[in-house]
Amino acid sequence: MNLVFAGSVITATAPVLFAALGGLLCAAAGVFNIALEGQLLCGAFTAVVVGHETGSAWLGVLAAVVATVLFAALLSVPAVSLGTEPIVVAVGTNLLALGLTSFLMRRILGLGGTYSSPDLRGLPDLPYTSQSALVPVAFLLTAAVAFWLRRTRSGLRLRALGGEPEAARSLGLKVTGYRHAAVLTAGALCGLGGAQLSLGNVTLFSEGMSAGRGWVAVVAVMLAGTSPYRLLGACLLFGVAEALGFRLQGAGLPQQAADAAPYLITLAVLVVARVISTRRRKERTV
Amino acid sequence: MTPAAELSGITKRFGSVLANDSVDLTVLRGEIHAVVGENGAGKSTLMSVLYGLYRPDAGTVLRDGRPVRFRSPADAIAAGLGMVHQRVRLFPELTVAENVVLGAEPVTRRGLLDRTSAVRRVTELAERYGLPVDASAPVGGLPVGLRQRVELLKALHRQAEILILDEPTSVLTPAQAARLFAVLRTLAETGTSILLITHKLGEVLETSDRVTVLRDGQVTGRFVTAETSAAELVHAMIGRNLAPAPRRPRERPDAPYALEARGVRLGNTEDPGVTFGVRPGEIVGIAGVAGSGQRPLVDALTGLGPATGTVELLGADVTSAGVATRRRLGLAYVPDDRDGRATAPALSLARNLVMGDQRTPELRGPLGGLRGRAVAARAADLVTRFGIRTASAGVPLSTLSGGNAQKAVLARELARRTPVVIVEEPTQGVDVGAQEQIHALIAEARENGQAVLLLSSELSEVRALADRVLVLFEGRLVAEFAAAEATEAALGAAMTGVAA
Repeated sequence: MNLVFAGSVITATAPVLFAALGGLLCAAAGVFNIALEGQLLCGAFTAVVVGHETGSAWLGVLAAVVATVLFAALLSVPAVSLGTEPIVVAVGTNLLALGLTSFLMRRILGLGGTYSSPDLRGLPDLPYTSQSALVPVAFLLTAAVAFWLRRTRSGLRLRALGGEPEAARSLGLKVTGYRHAAVLTAGALCGLGGAQLSLGNVTLFSEGMSAGRGWVAVVAVMLAGTSPYRLLGACLLFGVAEALGFRLQGAGLPQQAADAAPYLITLAVLVVARVISTRRRKERTV
Repeated sequence: MTPAAELSGITKRFGSVLANDSVDLTVLRGEIHAVVGENGAGKSTLMSVLYGLYRPDAGTVLRDGRPVRFRSPADAIAAGLGMVHQRVRLFPELTVAENVVLGAEPVTRRGLLDRTSAVRRVTELAERYGLPVDASAPVGGLPVGLRQRVELLKALHRQAEILILDEPTSVLTPAQAARLFAVLRTLAETGTSILLITHKLGEVLETSDRVTVLRDGQVTGRFVTAETSAAELVHAMIGRNLAPAPRRPRERPDAPYALEARGVRLGNTEDPGVTFGVRPGEIVGIAGVAGSGQRPLVDALTGLGPATGTVELLGADVTSAGVATRRRLGLAYVPDDRDGRATAPALSLARNLVMGDQRTPELRGPLGGLRGRAVAARAADLVTRFGIRTASAGVPLSTLSGGNAQKAVLARELARRTPVVIVEEPTQGVDVGAQEQIHALIAEARENGQAVLLLSSELSEVRALADRVLVLFEGRLVAEFAAAEATEAALGAAMTGVAA
């Protein structure tokens, strides 16, 4: 019973964690990336389409990564190289992802709404669990990102240039290079997150199925700053909230309320955390 | 011996502005070479060319006799240059050690960041040059003076042979500045060449070996420090001599306070708060290192922030009154934050000049808007009276030079002839010529019987203008001096919390 609950927490956490790790890399590099929502959707869609066409879930995952990296370039080129406001571009790509996946879904899969088929193979479960093989990858990547940021030269430089790009430039660091890399890597991670969402958590694609998880990831990044472990905590919180939502639905809570629960809980925690951290900062300055 | 660096015929143009006009500069090994000039004289441009931030339109740079072309600061750093910027460019999230080694990080055999040896290296440098600092503290929590020390350590870590310091003492107390110069001296003795960009002539005369003066992008003087004088340098900088501001004794030494603060707390909740007053016809100076409580004090006096204790304006308790009420009662305020608080940079000079007076019947149009002609007339009057140099009053304020923008703020605030004026850092980022005019304006306000509170971290300014000087340190008033007693040493000691 509790193990089942823990399992559903982990399952719900994984896609958000992928996206949030991407967001964290961008935040560290000084790009406020709110395109995660659209990129998750892009990954989820590509994974299902290619998984369906080729009959291989892993090819679907691979295609999701490639497609989402390309999709992320739509953000990185204007925002990093051409000096456009990343928020504006990101809003655009989020809308584009929603529209484009709906359109292509009708063109390629021949129907709107939700697509699933017995031909569509999900990612295989790990032995003795109901988790897909991508799930542990999300958690391992968290540790890897933490290690990389703290213990390597390039990680140190990435953290540096996020805060003070001018200063980094005057040290001769290639700010735009790091930023492109961060945004495109975030794309790859969202590709994984999306694939996990459509081929791991479930085995189907439905329009707008990212359902705000990319936004939750953005919130998690804002909560965590550049600490991957705090980020993990924030994502787990969302996972718990979502799993709890399912539970409550089972216990008779109206579906709409259950759907809203994870977002409400996350929002509440964000506000509380924010209040605490400002209070702490105030104490320090006095 | 070949000079460490030789710039010849450097010309750099920004649009129609000639920032550097065929400038020559020779930097010898082991010398402290001051580069002085007013704001906009081209000092920073010249240094940016040397440091690879700008590419010159014409001219050559020789490093140890060999021609070099720096395409970026990275190239300059590789060639042994280091720069301590005026606005300290550090990464607040990272520790001192991380900041110092960034860009030239020690790595372990496996290619990972070697944090232990980074900390050791920084501690070692800090000890060798007498620049103590906690290597593993995050930079974000350090006071400004210490941050600059970190910048210096950064350049030392990279073994810079030519060190450029841009206005290094603007964030330091006199004692810290003296210490910095001692370190620079040591460095110069071991063969490092030091380029000191500054507009403080006292520093130049005390510490440098040679001086190059720039004006309007051209070299207007080259001096050996030992053979020159402040007057000679000023003449080269502004092309004329400075007249000292006239000063008469106060007429009504016992008049009641026009502005009074009693028990106004500036931070710490256990403090009793500051208590002082300003009389009509008097300039009270508040000296202190930036961040000693100036901001909360000004906020409490002007109504821009909360106030504890009591604030009285012309005998009326205004502790909880809003900004508009206080202004109506007779308060004017010249903020230090020119772009944020003092002006709306995107609006025209004329609009900035009438800001705050928009409700007076004379300026108000029939539909509640501004009457354009009246605004223009008022602006034109202020532009002439206060000597603001501008093409027209219709240009956006942001196109004015720092000195002229500041004069515009002073014009707006002083022309109202309010009984009380609060002036904060009036000459920050303003050139010597405009400084002189601004000081004259403030002195004139005093002659007019206005009560002036002058907050400045520039000791010479406070000493030149104030009748009394109060010293702020960590949110408390720690000392008070009459003008005659306010020596640099006494103020400096009080500013750093050394009991007077």
